[in-house]
Amino acid sequence: MRKKILYELSSIYRDNLRIKGYIFGKGEKSACVVGAIRGNEVQQLYACAQLVKALKEIEKAGKIKEGKSVMVVPCVNTYSININKRFYPIDNTDINRMFPGYNQGETTQRIAAGLFDTIQDYKIGIQFASFYMPGEFIPHVRMMRTGYEKKELAKEFGLPYVVIRDPKPYDTTTLNYNWQIWNGQSFSIYTSETDKLDIDNAMQAVRAVLNFLDKEGILEYQGHDGYISRVINENEMVPVKSKNAGIFEGFAQVNKSVQKGELMAYIIDPYEGNIKERVMAPCSGTVFFAHDTPMTYNNTVLFKIIEES
Amino acid sequence: MVHVVAEVELPVDEKLKIYKNRLIPEAGLCGDEKRISIVTGTHGDELEGQYVCYELQRRIQEGKEHLKGIVDIYPALNPLGIDSITRGVPGFDLDMNRIFPGNTESGAMPEYIAAGIVEDLSGSDMCVDIHASNIFLKEIPQVRINEKDRRKLVPYAKLLNIDYVWVHSAATVLESTLAYSLNSTGTPMLVVEQGVGMRLTREYGDQLVDGIFVLMKKLGIWDGKVIKPKKPIVSKDGMVSFINAPESGIFVPEVVHSNRIKKDELIGNIIDPLNGRILNSILSPVNGLVFTLREYPVVNKGSLIARILEM
Ligand SMILES: [Zn+2]
Repeated sequence: MRKKILYELSSIYRDNLRIKGYIFGKGEKSACVVGAIRGNEVQQLYACAQLVKALKEIEKAGKIKEGKSVMVVPCVNTYSININKRFYPIDNTDINRMFPGYNQGETTQRIAAGLFDTIQDYKIGIQFASFYMPGEFIPHVRMMRTGYEKKELAKEFGLPYVVIRDPKPYDTTTLNYNWQIWNGQSFSIYTSETDKLDIDNAMQAVRAVLNFLDKEGILEYQGHDGYISRVINENEMVPVKSKNAGIFEGFAQVNKSVQKGELMAYIIDPYEGNIKERVMAPCSGTVFFAHDTPMTYNNTVLFKIIEES
Repeated sequence: MVHVVAEVELPVDEKLKIYKNRLIPEAGLCGDEKRISIVTGTHGDELEGQYVCYELQRRIQEGKEHLKGIVDIYPALNPLGIDSITRGVPGFDLDMNRIFPGNTESGAMPEYIAAGIVEDLSGSDMCVDIHASNIFLKEIPQVRINEKDRRKLVPYAKLLNIDYVWVHSAATVLESTLAYSLNSTGTPMLVVEQGVGMRLTREYGDQLVDGIFVLMKKLGIWDGKVIKPKKPIVSKDGMVSFINAPESGIFVPEVVHSNRIKKDELIGNIIDPLNGRILNSILSPVNGLVFTLREYPVVNKGSLIARILEM
């Protein structure tokens, strides 16, 4: 294992922000894994740390293939993660909306450029990512439909689902999108949590990456095969929205099936305790996403269901 | 008359409402009046537009007989942001000007609100969206226009009595703004940037209100007396120099915002208070107008210090 400082930035009173890369194997730049970009991505940081630990063992055992190398970048934004702030401390901008970056531009554009310059030549890009909506998901691989996406490759992670997203204008400045435009192969791995640790889930993500690297002939890893992934377009999921605001009491669980008409949640009056709304499943299928905070607005997506085919 | 444009119920005994006030001619409406919409408060920390909404109405009331069309005033597209000193939408960490045209089907609450706003504004003969930079930078009164709307919008921008019209290149990411959503579907919208976040600059507000009356007169909404608007400088990206901090520190300006500067003249210093020394003296790369200047002293390497229009 080699450690390398990929980018460094000074501040007036804080220690420097350093983006560190951990490199395993020698030769072709085969795959790069990026972890926490936002300051609340603790689960993503943890998953990267566990991946570094696993790769150390794999390298020691001589199981990284000749002429291949893998780099892991656990954290891009120490300045935010150390003060528990989601976006960049000074200007509150999101580094994951700054790619491919600009080395003469604003601070976060420079950080994005500093990172992207050092990772763009890796043939495969993998990001442990988080979603902007609070809630719990089925762990999945996500790809943007750019015209370059290779769905078959995404199945090699062995996670239950591969979700294809049609990019919106604001997606065009994310790492995932730019990586895919640049090298053709980029994947985001979503685990269920972001600011809390879910160790089983993080380890599932680590095994998924190792499975993938094994199938791509970059290293040898004896994991179990994982799932046979189902590919689904994000637009095909059925949203279940609230018609009222109040206290949210959810019953339907992520990764479990529901029947059409089944009770998924109550929305409860916050003062009088009565049930304002019974949220029912509009179709039969598997719960892919569930709201997980105790309150809800009206007109909010509480669940997303993958309809039974 | 005050109308509710969009409404969402919050969890505990509160409704979030987006309001507009509609002003109409004393004699009532006959159906073929023109309509102008004045919009502000998408970013909760930008307050310059608040004064403009007030002052515009005050002057209309003073000369009510001259109002010949519809004036719709939307002072707060992000009311939770304004009331909590938050730039984005509180609870979502989301820039409201990156979610248009919104979504009523599968989106989150801000996207539902955004869709209601777009629907209500659509069909206006002209819209003006007033922004106030951010807390870091002070801007001279200016209109920013996407290159692809240049032909259609520059003639109207020139009526607004502003100092500068910046025709910028089209970036995909800007396709999620309110102005893009409206302009690309046939409702013209001018985006004004002026002043600085979290403050009111009254002289700029008065200047813009003068301009809005000129625009209303041109559209046939106002037939009272108006001023002769300032002739703004119109430029494209190529004429604008961006000056970013070469080092992290505390920025102390030496130029005055909105003044001219000569090449190699001092814009300001980045200082190090711990060691009592100047880390960097920043010189102007061109002769020009300092139309953007940093207000907020703390800078990281890369923070924008100034924008200078070469002239
Ligand atoms: Zn703004």
